[in-house]
Amino acid sequence: MATDVSAYEEMIKGLWRDNPVFVQVLGMCPMLAVTNSAINAVVMGLATFFVLVTSSFLVSSFKQWIPKQVRISLYVIIIATFVTVVDYSILAMLPAIHKELGAFIPLIVANCMILGRQEAFASKHNVKYAVMDAVGMSGGFMIALLALGSVREILGVGALFGVDLFGANFEPWVIMILPPGGFLTLGLLLLFFNWFTERRRQFLIKVADADRMLAVEKVSTEGVKDNG
Amino acid sequence: MNTTNTTVQTQEPSSRRLVMSMAIAGFISGMIIIAIYMLTFDTIKENKARELRLAVFKVLPHVSHMQKLHFKDNKLVVVKADGMDDEMIFAGYDKDKKFIGYAIQGKAPGFQDTVHVLYGYLSSNSNITGMEILDSRETPGLGDKIFKDMDFVGEFINLPMHKDIKAVKKGTKTHENEIDAITGATISSKVVVKIINQAFKKWSPRLAEQGNEPALELYEAKVNKESQ
Repeated sequence: MATDVSAYEEMIKGLWRDNPVFVQVLGMCPMLAVTNSAINAVVMGLATFFVLVTSSFLVSSFKQWIPKQVRISLYVIIIATFVTVVDYSILAMLPAIHKELGAFIPLIVANCMILGRQEAFASKHNVKYAVMDAVGMSGGFMIALLALGSVREILGVGALFGVDLFGANFEPWVIMILPPGGFLTLGLLLLFFNWFTERRRQFLIKVADADRMLAVEKVSTEGVKDNG
Repeated sequence: MNTTNTTVQTQEPSSRRLVMSMAIAGFISGMIIIAIYMLTFDTIKENKARELRLAVFKVLPHVSHMQKLHFKDNKLVVVKADGMDDEMIFAGYDKDKKFIGYAIQGKAPGFQDTVHVLYGYLSSNSNITGMEILDSRETPGLGDKIFKDMDFVGEFINLPMHKDIKAVKKGTKTHENEIDAITGATISSKVVVKIINQAFKKWSPRLAEQGNEPALELYEAKVNKESQ
């Protein structure tokens, strides 16, 4: 039971506490490049999900046989193989989306979040934890991509997943779908994320303080009673 | 689990082992990539061919059969081979196998990457009957309006081609050889116009004299079903 809880913990941490984008600030290239619409963000997220989970699984299963002197090259070979698989599969199954994502799918190889998880986690833990960690991390990555993609598509095109939201009178903020819009949105989202985390921390400190005060009061009143 | 790992590798692994592990990984990865390539090859090829065929039917109205023509030794000859190159065009024929018009491809560098255009051309009245973007990586939301903005695409339907066409600022169109450019995508609009002008210049002297068009030798029978 205890192991299940910690495996769950490994998954959950990637979604929020150690979110690869908002906390670790990794994988910025696809983050900024393909998030000009929500659907691109989702496909990119799914592709990264597949690559990260399968590579983590393999790296973790073969960690005894991977000599540490050549480990990084081997990780890159594993990752690149899966990226090629994803690239061809999308080209065959979703040619329209492949047209839009085009150059960025092969670039998943260079996503430092994926290599980072192999080096920092999968190579040191057993398969179950490695896969849970990969699921959590790529889930967190997808949440971040989707957040950025939705904001940029809503403001920049006035639509979400291609569905018009505001009608003809809306003047789209063209800059949001251009590269500067990516940086602006990411900056603002990071600001919001950090503000939220800080507020939560302050709140937890306050709660802890109040608890301690209560405990102290209790002890002192009990002490008074004893004296009486 | 980490300790067992390091005790196994306390001795430096020999270079032979390092080379072997890289070679094995490379070999397996190569095998996987070849497998996925072969698995998806037919679908990808089919997708591309279907896309091209559909495009021909879109730019040339009332076409039910088509064949490829290759410009070789100063004349147009019918080719049956798969594949497409810069010296090939399509000829479209109606139900009674009577010649209708040509579908001509052209390409030029756009705002981000090469733009491929296919347009239909009637030599009888030198009209362009329609235009379709086969491939482009123009900015999503702006440059991609060259195929998403139906007003722009519509301007190429029944466009007389007596002299070079010109892209002008939206709303200032006065002559019949002028095209309203897309606001915010002037470069992309101009590229489309430039491609058509170039292709027109290259192909108009090469096309067969009216009434002398190559007869339909083979036709792709499935076409009609797919175009609907």
